[in-house]
Amino acid sequence: MIASSVSEAGRLLRSGETTALALLEDALDTASRTEAQLHAFLTIDSDGAREMASQADADLADGIDRGPLHGIPVALKDNMCTRGVETTAASQMLAGYIPPYDATVVARLRSGGAVITGKTNLDEFAMGSSTENSAYGTTYNPWDLSRVPGGSSGGSAAAVAAGSSLLAYGSDTGGSIRQPAALCGVVGMKPTYGTVSRYGLIAFASSLDQIGPFARTVEDSALALSSIWGHDPLDSTSYPGPYPDPTAALDRGVDGLRVGVVTELSGEGFEPAVEAATADMVARLEKGGVEVSEVSLPTFDIALSAYYLIAPAEASSNLARFDGIRYGLRVDGSTTEELMARTRAEGFGPEVTRRILLGTYSLSAGYYDAFYGQAQRVRAAIQEDFARAYAEVDVLVSPTSPTVAFEAGARVADPLAMYLSDICNIPANMAGHPAISVPVGLDDAGLPIGFQVMAPALGEEVMYQVAAEVERLAAFSLSPPAHGAAS
Amino acid sequence: MHPMPIEIDIAHVARLARLELSDDELESYKAQLGVILEHAARVQSLRGEPHVEAAHPLGLVNAFREDTSRPSLDRDEVLAQAPSSLDGFFVVPPVLEVE
Amino acid sequence: MSWEPVIGIEVHVELMTASKMFCGCAVDFGGAPNTRVCPTCLGLPGALPVPNRTAIESIMAIGLALGCSVSERSVFHRKNYFYADLPKNYQISQFDIPVCSDGHLDIGVDGETRRIGIERAHMEEDTGKSTHLGSGGRIQAAEGTLLDFNRSGVPLVEIVSRPDIRSATEARVYAQELRAVVAELGVSDVRLEEGSIRFDANVSIRPDGEEAYGTKVEVKNMNSFRSLERAVDHEIRRQIELVESGGLVVQETRHWDEEAGVTHSLRVKEGSSDYRYFTEPDLVPMVMSPEWVAQIGDRLPELPAERRARYQSQGLEPGAAGSLSNLDDRLRVIYDEAVELGAPPRAVANWLTGEVVGWLRKSETAPDQLRLGAPDLAELVSMVDEGAVSSSAAKDVLDGVLSGEGSPREVAERRDLIQVRDTGALEAAVEQVLGANPKAVEELRAGEDKVLGFLVGQVMKATQGKADPRTVNQMIRDRVSG
Repeated sequence: MIASSVSEAGRLLRSGETTALALLEDALDTASRTEAQLHAFLTIDSDGAREMASQADADLADGIDRGPLHGIPVALKDNMCTRGVETTAASQMLAGYIPPYDATVVARLRSGGAVITGKTNLDEFAMGSSTENSAYGTTYNPWDLSRVPGGSSGGSAAAVAAGSSLLAYGSDTGGSIRQPAALCGVVGMKPTYGTVSRYGLIAFASSLDQIGPFARTVEDSALALSSIWGHDPLDSTSYPGPYPDPTAALDRGVDGLRVGVVTELSGEGFEPAVEAATADMVARLEKGGVEVSEVSLPTFDIALSAYYLIAPAEASSNLARFDGIRYGLRVDGSTTEELMARTRAEGFGPEVTRRILLGTYSLSAGYYDAFYGQAQRVRAAIQEDFARAYAEVDVLVSPTSPTVAFEAGARVADPLAMYLSDICNIPANMAGHPAISVPVGLDDAGLPIGFQVMAPALGEEVMYQVAAEVERLAAFSLSPPAHGAAS
Repeated sequence: MHPMPIEIDIAHVARLARLELSDDELESYKAQLGVILEHAARVQSLRGEPHVEAAHPLGLVNAFREDTSRPSLDRDEVLAQAPSSLDGFFVVPPVLEVE
Repeated sequence: MSWEPVIGIEVHVELMTASKMFCGCAVDFGGAPNTRVCPTCLGLPGALPVPNRTAIESIMAIGLALGCSVSERSVFHRKNYFYADLPKNYQISQFDIPVCSDGHLDIGVDGETRRIGIERAHMEEDTGKSTHLGSGGRIQAAEGTLLDFNRSGVPLVEIVSRPDIRSATEARVYAQELRAVVAELGVSDVRLEEGSIRFDANVSIRPDGEEAYGTKVEVKNMNSFRSLERAVDHEIRRQIELVESGGLVVQETRHWDEEAGVTHSLRVKEGSSDYRYFTEPDLVPMVMSPEWVAQIGDRLPELPAERRARYQSQGLEPGAAGSLSNLDDRLRVIYDEAVELGAPPRAVANWLTGEVVGWLRKSETAPDQLRLGAPDLAELVSMVDEGAVSSSAAKDVLDGVLSGEGSPREVAERRDLIQVRDTGALEAAVEQVLGANPKAVEELRAGEDKVLGFLVGQVMKATQGKADPRTVNQMIRDRVSG
C-alpha cells in the first residue's frame, strides 16, 4: 500500500509524493485482487471515483485544501443514499434503486474532497451481526475466509482490513460498527447520538442509528469523525453544538484517568481468549497510571431484551414505506392491498421479516405496555445506570464482542444466538453514548480481538484519549493473511 | 411485574404488517417470535421505576425550521424510480380498503 | 320515546403556510401532479422530517382563539397504517399530548347562546390525493388509482369538539363559526370546496334524560355547510328509525351521498385500525414556554364574536352585526373608518351589507377592487340624512361612486339627482296635486293615511322625481290639516 493510514496518505499528498489518483488506483487494485473471496463491495464506481480523484488532485494543485479527507479513497455502507449511484441496503426491495439525493454525510464527504470508491455489503437493512443476511451474498472475513466479518457493516470492516479502502463508513444501531471492527481487527466507533446526521441514512431504528467510521488507526478514526459530524438542519435529532475536538487528546496519555470495567460484560458466553485479552489490556492501562475499578451496571443484563423490542418496533414502522408504490420492487396484485403484501413478502429476507413481525407485535394493542412501553422504561433505567457510573469513572471498558469471528452459517439458524453477539455494544446505543473498538490482539487461531471503550455523551475526547493509549499498548499489526490482500 | 403469557396471533400480526406469508412461514415465524419474546420479556424484571423518561441523550427540544419554501425534486427524477406511472401520477391497482 | 341527538364535530384545517409541515416543499393549490415533492414528503428511504415553526405558531393561535390551554410540552406520534396515499405508511400526528386542549366555542342558535366544548387541537400532516380511474371516480368500482403527493405533508390542524352539539342546525352553526374564527386568524383560506377545511361528524342518539352515550357513527364527505346540516339531520333520523324498529346502531363510518341524500356504510376491515401509536423518534419534543404563548396571544386579531359584540355596542341589531361581521375585511374596514368619521353606524352597516354587496355581485367585482372610501360613504349617508337626495336616488349615486364617477356630491349633481327642496316650487306642485285630487284629500282628512302615499307619488311625478318625499309628505299633511 502507498500509505497505511489516512494521516500518512494526507502527508504524502501534500508533499507531492503521491496523488489522489494513485491512492485510488492502489485501493481499486487491492479490491480487484480480494473481492472474489471477500465480497466486501456491492458496487464499485471506478469512473465516478476517478473523476473525484482527478478533481481532488486539481484542487490541491490550485492550492485548495479541503481537509483531512481530501483525496482519500472512502467506501460507504450501502444504506447511505448516494445520488445517482445504486443504493440497495442489501435488499431485493431496493434492487436497482437510484436515490435522487445524497445523504448529508455523503454531501459533506464530497465537499471535503473525499474520493468515494463504492458501496459496501451489509446485513439487509442493517439487521444482523454477520452480514449473512445480505440479499446479495455474504462477505467473508479477511483473517479467515470461512468466517464472518461480523455485521451489519461487515463489508466496510472487511474492506478496511483488507486494504481495499483506507477508510470506510458504516452505521451502528446495536453494535453494527464496533462488532465487525473487532472481528476484522480494525478501529470502529459509534459517535454520540445526534452528532452525525441521519439524513439520507436508510433508517433501521431511528432512536439508535448513527453513522461512524472504520479506520486502520485511532487517529484516522478521529479525523474521519470530525469530517462528517456537526449540526444538520435536515435532521431534527441533530445536535446543534458545541462539539468537542476528537483529536485534541490523542497524545495526552492516560495518567490519572479513571477506568471502570463493566462487571456484567464477562463470564458465560465470553471466550477465554477474549476475556484474557481484555484483562491484559486493563492491567497494562493500570500500570500506565490509570485508576481501575469494577463497575456494576445491573440494567446491562436486560439491555439486549429491551433493544430487541425497541429496535424492531421502530424498524417495523420505518420499513412500512417499502410497499411497491413509489420506488423499489413491485410484485403485482389485483388490489393495492395485495400488491403491498406480496411485494413486502418477496422483497424482505427472513431476518427483516422476523423483526418487522416482532416490532409490529410489541407495538400492537394489548401488548404495547408490557413490551414496548416496558422496554422504554428499561432504557431510561440504563441511562440512569450510566449516569451513576460516570459519576465515579471517566470511561467504561469491556470486550467489544464476547467471541471472535464465528464460522459462516454457525448462527444463522438460531436468531437468539446471533443477537447475543451484541450484548457488549447495545447499552451504549440505548444511552446514545459514544463507544469505540480498538484491536488488541489475536487469539490462538489468529482471529482478532477488540477492546471497547465507552464514554459519556459528547465524551469523544476522553474516549479517543484512552483508545489512543490502548492502540499504543497493543501495538497490533493489521495484517490479515494475504488472500490477495494488501499489507 | 408478573411475566405476561405470550400469545401470538401471527396471522393478525402479518396482516397488520402487510406481509403475505404462507401458512408454513407463519408457523415458523410464530415459533421464532415465541423464543425471542421470551427473552425480550425479561424487561418485565426491571425493579422499580426510572425517574425520567427515556429521552434524546442530549435533551434536545424545539428543533424547528423556518417557513420558507425550497425547490422540490425534479419530477422526471422522481418518476424514474416509480414502478408504474402515468401522466405524472403514480399508478396502483384499485384501492378498495378504506382506513 | 323521545331521543336526544349527541353530536361531535371533527374539523381538519389545512394551514396556508409557505412550506409543508416537515419539509420545504411549497404549499399551493392545484398544479401538475408530483411537482411539489421531496424525499421527506414522498417517503423516500433515508428522509427525515423537520417541523415548520410557523405551523406550530398557527396551531397555538387557533387554540388560544378557541380558549384552549396550550400544552407546555408536546410531542409527535406515529400513527401507523397502510394506505396508498400515505407515503411512509404512517402519519406523523399527535396522540396523548396535543398542542392545545380544553377550549370552547360559543354559538348562537335561535337567539340563544350555547357553549360547545373543544376537546383538543393537534398538529399532523396531510396525505396525498388518490384519483380513482374508471367508473366515474367512485371508490367501489375503480379500475385503478392515480396518486399525487403534492398535498402530502401539508400542515393539518385537527380540532375535535366535545359531544356537546344537540342538533343538525347547531352542527352547521358550529362549523360556520369555527370556520370564521380560523379565517380571521389568517392561517388558512378555509375553503370547503377546495378541501382546505373539512368536517366529519360523530353522531349518536340516546333517550332523553339518559346520561350514557349511545353508539356513535362517524359521518364523512360533507362538502358544504348545507350538506353538513342535511347529513347530520339524516343520520339522526336514520338512527332513531333503526332503534325504534328494534335494530342496533353499529359503530362504523358512513359516507354522505349528497345526491341521494343518504349515508352509506363504508366496509371497514376488522382489526385494521390498530394504529400502534408510539412517540415519533425522528422528532424531538416541543416546549411552548409561557413567553412564547403570550406572544402568540398578544398577536391575536379581533375574533368574530368580539367583533359582533363591538358592533352591537355601537348600536347595531344582532342580525345586522352578524351580517356585517361576515363581510369581507375590506368592507369592514370601510365601516370602521366611516363610523370614526362620525357617520351613524346603523346606516353605514346597512349600505355595506345591502347595496354595496349587491353592486359587487352584479358587477362581478372583487372586494379588494372596490372604489369606495369611508369619507364617500359617510358623505352619501349624510346626504340622504339631510334630504339632499332621496333614498332611492342615493342608490344611483352609489352606483356612480362605485363606477368611479367621483364623490357622492359630484355624482348627484352630474346625474341630476339632487332633490328639490325649494319650498316655493314644491308648494306650487303640492297645490296643484291637491287641487286635482279632491277625493283623496277628503279621505286623508278623514284619517285614511294610506292615500298619503298616492298623493306624495303624484307630487313626485309632477317634479320628475326630484322632490324630497319627506318634505312633500310634511307639506301635504300641513295643508290638509291646516
